[in-house]
Amino acid sequence: MSRISLSLGPLLFNWPATRWRDFYARVADEAPVEFVYLGEVVCSKRQPFFSDVLPDVIARLERGGKTVILSSLALPTLQRELRYCAALAEASQMVEANDVSMLPHLAGHPHAIGPFISVYNETAARLLIDGGARRIALPPELPMASIAAIAGAAEGAEIEVWAFGRIPLAISARCYHARLYGRTKDSCQFVCENDPDGLRVDTLDDEKFLAINGVQTLSHTYCNLIFEAQELAKIGVSTLRLSPHTCDMVGVARVFRDVLDDACESSRAMRLLRAIAPDTAFSNGFAQGVNGATYVVR
Amino acid sequence: MTPHGPRTLELVCPAGTPASLRTAIEAGADAVYCGFRDETNARNFPGLNFSRDEMRASISYARERGAKVLIAINTFARAGDPGPWRRAVDDAAAFGANAVILADLGLLGYAATTHPRLRLHLSVQAAAASADSINFYVGRFGVKRVVLPRVLSVAEIAAVTRAVSCETETFAFGGLCVMTEGRCSLSSYATGKSPNMNGVCSPASHVSYRQDGDCLVSRLGEFTIDRSDSGRPVGYPTLCKGHFRTTAGQGYLFEEPVSLDARRLLPELRTAGVTAIKIEGRQRSRAYIKAVVAAFREALDALAAGTAVPIESLASMTEGQSVTSGAYRKAWR
Amino acid sequence: MLQPSLQQARRLPGIVAWAMRPLPLFPLEFALVRLLAGILERHPDLVGRLSGMERRRIAVEPDDLPFTVVLELQESTISLRIVRTLDIIPVHARIRGPLPVLIGLVDGVYDGDALFFSRDLVIEGDIEAVLALRNAIDDADVDLLGEVAATCAACGSPIDGIKRALEGILRAVLKTANRGHVQ
Repeated sequence: MSRISLSLGPLLFNWPATRWRDFYARVADEAPVEFVYLGEVVCSKRQPFFSDVLPDVIARLERGGKTVILSSLALPTLQRELRYCAALAEASQMVEANDVSMLPHLAGHPHAIGPFISVYNETAARLLIDGGARRIALPPELPMASIAAIAGAAEGAEIEVWAFGRIPLAISARCYHARLYGRTKDSCQFVCENDPDGLRVDTLDDEKFLAINGVQTLSHTYCNLIFEAQELAKIGVSTLRLSPHTCDMVGVARVFRDVLDDACESSRAMRLLRAIAPDTAFSNGFAQGVNGATYVVR
Repeated sequence: MTPHGPRTLELVCPAGTPASLRTAIEAGADAVYCGFRDETNARNFPGLNFSRDEMRASISYARERGAKVLIAINTFARAGDPGPWRRAVDDAAAFGANAVILADLGLLGYAATTHPRLRLHLSVQAAAASADSINFYVGRFGVKRVVLPRVLSVAEIAAVTRAVSCETETFAFGGLCVMTEGRCSLSSYATGKSPNMNGVCSPASHVSYRQDGDCLVSRLGEFTIDRSDSGRPVGYPTLCKGHFRTTAGQGYLFEEPVSLDARRLLPELRTAGVTAIKIEGRQRSRAYIKAVVAAFREALDALAAGTAVPIESLASMTEGQSVTSGAYRKAWR
Repeated sequence: MLQPSLQQARRLPGIVAWAMRPLPLFPLEFALVRLLAGILERHPDLVGRLSGMERRRIAVEPDDLPFTVVLELQESTISLRIVRTLDIIPVHARIRGPLPVLIGLVDGVYDGDALFFSRDLVIEGDIEAVLALRNAIDDADVDLLGEVAATCAACGSPIDGIKRALEGILRAVLKTANRGHVQ
């Protein structure tokens, strides 16, 4: 079995630039991840906040031995957003397309396909690989059987699976943070910065359900595939994606690395992850082929 | 030609059953969209959709009356099992469907290669919201028409329509998805059944209603979606129309249980260069189809004739008993 | 919201409700069983739409009448019985509403979703089975008056009285339903 690698997905939340920079500095020095995805995926209005520090962070990560991949917006519709995406394709780093609108700009160049492009089967994967895709991060709702079928047929590309963190479930033109505060998207005053892991959404019967992050809706639960990690490696997945949160992500990466290296039992690893993120509930339902909100104990 | 006078915008109407298809055509539909009775289409609901025989007969019925039939095969083929989706495309081509409505990259590739003469429409499930994205599908697969995601304003629709090399179709009435379709896993998160993979959203098999004193509690899977006091209109517990709570306030966080009615925007949509308008509701009854299609036929004929049309309310047909113009007005965001 | 007058129009005329109150259940059940058999015979596709819903029992409760119709979806048919109470027969789902609304649904005058949104119709239990039944009936395009006439013609004189009663009720409620229908 070839060594499975870890990636740190693009930060989905609105963090202040200083926190953002400090976070990636620590990742550069300490996190056992091979790939780091950088760039705003959710809301183009947030881009100016960290664009000044972006070059430094890229350099720092590359000095730390990480491969930096630049992620594109998931739902570009405005002209300025589309222009930004086209410009991104010129970067010297590999680019992760999170919308089909990126593909014409990347055709023929090695690139990555993000989890926001709907790749549900091997035929779609092959078609993208033929167009130059070298990495494909699958949609988080795919069950293990589908992941296996795609990974088994995706020669020429590395298959990546969402393994830790709140699961992106939906994206909209409407900003729910702004709506909740009685503002429009254009005059949002960046209220999403209050919630560095997303704003929890409960039902009227107090069930913990979702989290909102600007125009994005995520799961309340954190996906946690620590028990599935070995099996994913066996079926041909080459990278597990860890999605940044405020909890100790270096610690999370170390636990996953240890499990993949047979240096830690899965059950002990689960206890360690619970200690790192004590206030969260974990889920693995999507991978297990049931509703995503549940954790299937095996 | 159907006997409805000059065309302005093509009226594309839903049909969940052969009887609904006949009703829609009698009420003035230019085209009807429908699906096979399996998970290949995004309205895979119990008791709904067309057997192969029904589809063949319905296409003949429509053709005799000058109406088109568009077959939606707009879920994403299951990995390792593309057979049912490919057969659906093959049969649609064999039956003489006017077009198939697809979303899956793999299936688009299959259809374009195997049936080069079959007209391809890009489903709203493909979430192609920009000219760059749409032109990718046109260039790669020869897509002839795109159904625009319900996230664009009228001005954006006009800009996209100008910049793409295919026709555009846009929703004008019915249930409103607030999330970008084809990229929404809310339903599978709560129930394990997804629009993309299983063709269902907030499936009836996971819906339950419970009377709690004066309150009607609607639940989906393990989650309460709404509590309605008696007398207040009630919604089907579609996730994104639910009433939820946060530390910063509670309410219909995503969207009120309302429906889209864009009749007042028809002149603007025509000016924007849109080719066709679409009515949502393959899961709805003949009574709904008849009322909504007739109202739109009247509105479009008046638009063509340059006369004003009194827009009578269709709110009683809709969820929440009220209507909105949705993302077509930018303030919606 | 529906106007109050329309809400009222969807109620069963008082005289009809009164007339049905003392009706013995057995002849009524007999007549409805024959009616259902006739509908299924003339609409063979209806049952096919219910595949996957076998053995589900659905109670249809006209809230202005003192009895409940219980339908059981079976492999190739639908069975029907009438009961005064559901205490003795467990059901998977219940559909409750005024008789004109229920009849208007079968006849295709009303949209089930719209009635549900406006709360003219109350549904509990297995929503999937109810939806499947609604969709199957909607596709069958049932003409209830025609079905009553055909059923009674096939049965002959013994149920003449019931025929007259049923036709009278149907005409009354369909008139009500059409009047109450929101255009």
